[in-house]
Amino acid sequence: MSRKRRDILLNPLFNNNPIAFQVLGICSALAVTTKMETALVMAVALTVVLSLSNLVVSLLRHYVPTNVRIIFQLAVIASLVIITDQVLKAYLYAISKQLTVFVGLIITNCIVMGRAEAFAMQNGPADSLLDGIGNALGYDAVLLATAFFRELLGSGTLFGVPLLTKVTDGGWYYPNGLMVLSPGAFFFIGLLIWALRTWKPEQVEEE
Amino acid sequence: MEHYLALFIKAVFVENMALAFFLGMCSFLACSKRVTTAFGLGLAVVFVLAVTCPMNQLIYNHLLREGALTWLPVVGARMESVDLSFLGFISYIGTIAAIVQIVEMIIDRFVPALYGALGVFLPLIAVNCAILGASLFMVERDYTFAESAVFGFGSGLGFALAIVALAAIRERMRYSNVPAGLRGLAITFIVTGLMAIGFMAFSGIQL
Repeated sequence: MSRKRRDILLNPLFNNNPIAFQVLGICSALAVTTKMETALVMAVALTVVLSLSNLVVSLLRHYVPTNVRIIFQLAVIASLVIITDQVLKAYLYAISKQLTVFVGLIITNCIVMGRAEAFAMQNGPADSLLDGIGNALGYDAVLLATAFFRELLGSGTLFGVPLLTKVTDGGWYYPNGLMVLSPGAFFFIGLLIWALRTWKPEQVEEE
Repeated sequence: MEHYLALFIKAVFVENMALAFFLGMCSFLACSKRVTTAFGLGLAVVFVLAVTCPMNQLIYNHLLREGALTWLPVVGARMESVDLSFLGFISYIGTIAAIVQIVEMIIDRFVPALYGALGVFLPLIAVNCAILGASLFMVERDYTFAESAVFGFGSGLGFALAIVALAAIRERMRYSNVPAGLRGLAITFIVTGLMAIGFMAFSGIQL
């Protein structure tokens, strides 16, 4: 694999992370991260949709007039999301109930649209597929890290398995209720971005 | 009447699109640097939500849901067993994109000053998750036509309120000395978290 290809795949993980740096796809990152289980399903669903939509958009990019490209991208993305949603409903019904509207909201997840517009419309299919997978991995990393700490600190469990015994069950751990609530997600991602930018100072914004 | 008032208050405060469901977060964070742009975006969102939500309600109830097509006189076909609800996502996003386009043309023709003020945010509303989210919530909760109109308008107003408040806070924040890594995105996340805690106070309201 050439150096350029490797950069396309791995840059979105830390250097150009979709959530922490490009400010894309934040809605779902906050809403589905109270439990590892839902976060994992969401991560897999987004990875599938993003890589395939990048591939399809890139394959068809020469046949689409510029004026109608937004509608075209939305149609590709919406069809992929419908397929994903139907698969989830068929095989993981309980989890798809928990994710409620958020699977459908992958359509408007700005990462998918943003990468289609910014990368897939200008680059070949192979590079676009890698870019899709790379950005999805960057998103998955933030999603799973957030879900890990929110579930562990908020309910003392991981994937529903109790790890820290709660006081109510005769243990020692007082669950941090803030982590389960919505503000906990904001605080955690804020701190995560702070940590990332302390590690990579070139991402710090100008005053 | 009282029922609609309760639904309205609930959509604006208790179930605030931005601060309770994290919908429309990307534009919420990206377009909240100044109060004037935030106000313009908020206004456009109110309008588009108030139109698309009842519109999609009609589409869902008269075209897509199981047994909705019985009014269609097709000889020999059993229309009551036709269920097109899997086409939901693509129909809703199509409606939204079309409405946004029409709104854009109407504003450009009749109120050019407002068109100039809104600028690029107008077309971007098509991929604002709050718009699609409201339509999906409407389907999930089975609202009637009048209810969906009230819900759409209320949730748009809630979004506008939240984004203008955040923009005002961010304008003030320019005078404070924020640590380098927190500057910009990270501190905005934490401020939004604090605002979400504030809005949680409304959740105690019984309606």
